[in-house]
Amino acid sequence: MLATITYTGPDATDLGFLLHKHPGRLQSFDLAVGRAHVFYPEQTDETCTAALMLEVDAIDLVRSKRFSGGDSSELGHYVNDRPYASSSMLAGALAQVFRTAMTGRCDACPELAASPLPLTITLAAVPSRGEPGLASRLFEPLGWTVVDAAVPLDPEFPEWGDSRYSDLTLTGTLRLADALHQLYVMLPVLDDSKHYWVGDDEIGKLLRAGEGWLPAHPERELITRRYLAHQRGLVRDATAQLEVLDGSPVREGLDDAEIATPLRVHRAEAVLTALRDVGAHRVADVGCGPGALLTHLLADSAFTDIIGTDVSHRALDVAERRLHIRDLSDRQRDRIRLLQSSVTYQDDRLAHLDAIVLMEVVEHIELERLDALESSIFGSAAPGAVIVTTPNSDYNALYPSLPAGRFRHPDHRFEWSRVDFAAWADRVAASHGYSVEYRPVGDADETHGSPTQLALFRKA
Amino acid sequence: MAEITVPAMSLVVLVGTSGSGKSTFAARAFEPFETLSSDVFRGLVSNDENDQSATAAAFEALRHVAGQRLRRGLLTVVDATNVQKDARASFVELARSNDVLPVAIVLDVAESVAVARNAERTDRDFPASVIRRQHDQLRRSLKFLGKEGFRRVHVLSSVDEIDQATIRREPLLNDLRTEHGPFDAIGDVHGCRSELESLLGELGYELTRDEQGRPVDAAHPEGRRAVFLGDLVDRGPDVVGVLRLAMGMVASGNALAVPGNHEHKLVRALQGKNVQTSHGLAETLTQLAGETPEFRRDVERFCHDLVSHLVLDDGKLVVCHAGLPEAYHGRASGRVRSFALYGDTTGETDEFGLPVRYPWANDYRGDAVVLYGHTPTPVAEWVNNTLCLDTGCVFGGALTALRYPEREIVSVPAEREWYAPVKPLQTPEQAALSQERPPGVLSVQDVLGRHIIETRHHGRIGVREENAAGALEVMSRFALDPNHLLYLPPTMSPPATSKLDDYLEHPAEAFAAFRRDGVESVIAEEKHMGSRAVVLLTRDPARFGAKPGWRGVVHTRTGRPFFDEATGAEFLRRIDTAVDGAGLWGELDTDWLLLDAELLPWSFKAGDLIRDQYASVGAAATTALPAAVAALEAAAASGVDVGELAERTRLRSDDAVKYVAAYRRYAAQSSGLDGVQLAPFQLLATEGRTHVDRPHEWHLDLADRLADADPVLFRRTRRTMVDLGSDDSVAAATAWWVDLTEAGGEGMVVKPAEGLRRTKNGLVQPGIKVRGREYLRIIYGPDYTRPENLRRLKDRGLGLKRSLALREYALGVEALDRVVAREPLWRIHEAVFAVLAMESEAVDPRL
Repeated sequence: MLATITYTGPDATDLGFLLHKHPGRLQSFDLAVGRAHVFYPEQTDETCTAALMLEVDAIDLVRSKRFSGGDSSELGHYVNDRPYASSSMLAGALAQVFRTAMTGRCDACPELAASPLPLTITLAAVPSRGEPGLASRLFEPLGWTVVDAAVPLDPEFPEWGDSRYSDLTLTGTLRLADALHQLYVMLPVLDDSKHYWVGDDEIGKLLRAGEGWLPAHPERELITRRYLAHQRGLVRDATAQLEVLDGSPVREGLDDAEIATPLRVHRAEAVLTALRDVGAHRVADVGCGPGALLTHLLADSAFTDIIGTDVSHRALDVAERRLHIRDLSDRQRDRIRLLQSSVTYQDDRLAHLDAIVLMEVVEHIELERLDALESSIFGSAAPGAVIVTTPNSDYNALYPSLPAGRFRHPDHRFEWSRVDFAAWADRVAASHGYSVEYRPVGDADETHGSPTQLALFRKA
Repeated sequence: MAEITVPAMSLVVLVGTSGSGKSTFAARAFEPFETLSSDVFRGLVSNDENDQSATAAAFEALRHVAGQRLRRGLLTVVDATNVQKDARASFVELARSNDVLPVAIVLDVAESVAVARNAERTDRDFPASVIRRQHDQLRRSLKFLGKEGFRRVHVLSSVDEIDQATIRREPLLNDLRTEHGPFDAIGDVHGCRSELESLLGELGYELTRDEQGRPVDAAHPEGRRAVFLGDLVDRGPDVVGVLRLAMGMVASGNALAVPGNHEHKLVRALQGKNVQTSHGLAETLTQLAGETPEFRRDVERFCHDLVSHLVLDDGKLVVCHAGLPEAYHGRASGRVRSFALYGDTTGETDEFGLPVRYPWANDYRGDAVVLYGHTPTPVAEWVNNTLCLDTGCVFGGALTALRYPEREIVSVPAEREWYAPVKPLQTPEQAALSQERPPGVLSVQDVLGRHIIETRHHGRIGVREENAAGALEVMSRFALDPNHLLYLPPTMSPPATSKLDDYLEHPAEAFAAFRRDGVESVIAEEKHMGSRAVVLLTRDPARFGAKPGWRGVVHTRTGRPFFDEATGAEFLRRIDTAVDGAGLWGELDTDWLLLDAELLPWSFKAGDLIRDQYASVGAAATTALPAAVAALEAAAASGVDVGELAERTRLRSDDAVKYVAAYRRYAAQSSGLDGVQLAPFQLLATEGRTHVDRPHEWHLDLADRLADADPVLFRRTRRTMVDLGSDDSVAAATAWWVDLTEAGGEGMVVKPAEGLRRTKNGLVQPGIKVRGREYLRIIYGPDYTRPENLRRLKDRGLGLKRSLALREYALGVEALDRVVAREPLWRIHEAVFAVLAMESEAVDPRL
């Protein structure tokens, strides 16, 4: 919430003209996000420093619906860094307070406004997400020298390491208007967060602020993605427009064959094959998530009754939207039902089915609760067939980025080797009157097997 | 004057032509809501009572409403012409599918009367031919009504008869709700007279014998009554003796009886029908052959007249032979009778050729106790409020009874194996070894959707559907096995907001609240700077369906385990040693205990939160604010007037430093279990009783004894008793809080000294937390104490928080009550789950 801009040169106080703010007094502005103040800590003939300070009312921030971005029930929402960190709020204040300066217009000193000037910019407590050194990657290609002083999380607990804040000092010779535009774009990009809803008009803002420097910036993609808050549609549109500005040819989509088929595609195919092998018509995808498999099931009229269940009602909402269930014809809609359910509870609505699919589900259940899953699926629902897929931990050795002993997903409670999986599946099959067959899923390695393993249980 | 009797639970179908006076009759003879008129429904669906095109829709709606009423067991009258067989058939089917009796009342007036009445009506112009057709159809129907399935048919054949007829409602034969017992329900006897005599003796009955010394009656000096659960006959050595005794007891009012499948078959055999004499019927018939024809007739009548199930004690007890799901209680239909006699057969047979029975009791969720027999089991075991009392006496097992309402099982062993079982009977030891029963399977329908939970202390508590949906995810993905999750602690309310300028919370309001509730004495307990923890410690893992060697679990307020398995086991071992050292196992006479406690340090569970949230904000604030102060000071030095802003920023910078100091107190180091401490403050329950009604001083004395036994593991809870009637006492407690919090303490919790407390206004808050001024800085932000901020923060609504705190507390206590009463798992889980569901209610998390 504090930025200073220092101009070193003859008649340094001309900075006041360039910024359209008088160096002799404190000037305050009421903005939507809070109260901004401009004052000059230093004003000599050689050096002039302007400071922009933003006071954010923490209580107003919490009460106002405008800023309630994330999950409002979290305590984190109430005490947060926004009143202190130099983030998108400061960027917004900058754009409003120095609106005229950003246009490059200065009636008093037009040549100065049009010329690169020796500038030093300091920013206090800039939050940054992701890899260290990002500030340098963003600012150095634009001609800045960057000093990035990391702030420790708590000096009393050195073992906690650095916080995600830095004090940044940028030194370079640039046009003042360009410098302001760059700050305006880069602060939210560093933070990877915005305090307001990102809509279509953000593309226009980005293109205008990035004029002259963004199209050729080596980190253009990251800047665009983060500035547009990762909204894929917006990012795609902006990228296309930037490519035109850059003069680079619009990239064609890659030939499908060139991309290795992702594992999830293999997995869905393997499950569908298994379902067809057992001649299933009435099926449930238990733990359907946002409905990836359901889309395939719905596309095949052989599946006359389809149930998707998930323990998360939010996931079911997403599935309902993705499958466009409300827009389906009555006949199609009658084929599918989405139900909130849980594999650790018995559910009568899953009785008498031809097959139940547990695709990448078991590894999300604590090992000690697997007997409840076994009892509800194999004991109570007892369908004609059960298809279980789960990662093969033997194969993890082939993922270079996965440290030994770590799981593929943070929510995995365990990952089974082929031996572990077979031990479980054989016992379950035996005690519930099923036979079991194992199938590899994905490209199999000679030693480590396939990345995913599948067990097909058939009722004896 | 004709009196028409109808079963109190029935579907009455009026039959009569248009103009026969059905509506007038119904209005006079039945209550307003009981009659569903087709005309009214035509009006409801089409705005016109006479719009014949709306007939199909009107009847569909009428049948729907009738079905809803019948499901509730309400007598319902259909006011429509019903002269056609098809129309009536749909109502017979509706009655059957709701297991109530269909009754027909025919209003058979002369055709001329009906035609004349129709002619008088201005809103309707039926030609006389329509009435004539209806009349013909009615006449042709009359003699078939019984065959169509109507259990009673009443015909009123003149205007006078119709005008004078009155309705008498008679209770169903199975409705003995006014009989309150006490009862002794006795399982399958199968001709084991000697064992029956022993069992009756054991139960305290005195036998009456005839001149030949044969027992013919038995009476209990305290007026208790026996209930025979069917299958008195077949297989055993003295079927006749058993019948003589049981029939005598029923005749004298000393016993009730329901029929079993064997009585059912015996009646048919005695009626001369061709039945297979397998499964011991041959023995009965041989023995009966030696008796007089009168006796055989008595037996036939006795067995024939038995009612398939009985509803007793205000509906709290249901008895029958083979079990009965809740929807069938108090109903009458063929399938209800068949279920009561034979159970839920799947149509399959097992390897011994015996019918496979569906384990209906696993799905039973009713409030009524169901006592039954039919399936020999090694030991009588409660399953979801149901108990099978057939312990295979005739096969060499035992004859078993249950004292109701005491729920005490009384059993005598068989004198020998009287009849070889087709399927070998398991010994109790074998049964215990095999443990084939699914360990507490829960159904998702037990928790999903809107639920009402009856609590002892706070009435009926509703759980909203969306809250249940949210809780299901947490419960399924993160919480412990429900068998081990017996309790979740309630949220706790802060006091009303302080009127003092500098405080958001202050003890004065907490004391005032309890004084208002009529509490004279409270205890103020130090609030530890840790995480809420519930400890289940057991020396009997089987009590909670766990494997040998399992010691219990330590979990959070949302049911997540605190430790990995090995660490948890070590932690519990140390607690066990301390409990042992303090001599509590013996003193409390229990194999397990449940503790409510605080686990310290907070950073053990909340380390990430402290670093990512609190320390992070602190780092930003203590970096940005000093930089701003420096810039402002430089500006001031160069002559710019920044006075007010500079001063304000300096104060905020100081607040940031205080904020960092506040969270640092919670960031104690711990590695593994080193440095982890437990501060128990309440012993929630042990085998056989809960302790929430005991004074808090009792609980804290126990906690002190644990701390004496292991001062490293246990932390004491400092406290002070407060007499709310004494100003000195209140002032001292307030000073105690000020000292505690100014020394960096989190605050205190004020509780009614005597524990759970009720007044005429209901349950009193179990505790009010009064948090320290500096601790609240972590919660409300670094500069919450600035006057302009505090003024706004004081506007906070506590109503919902208080109400949730009470409801969650009542649910938690209810769960404990159910645990110690050894209620079925779903009953315990329902209450525990509801606490979690309440927690997903959107309340200001800073409260």
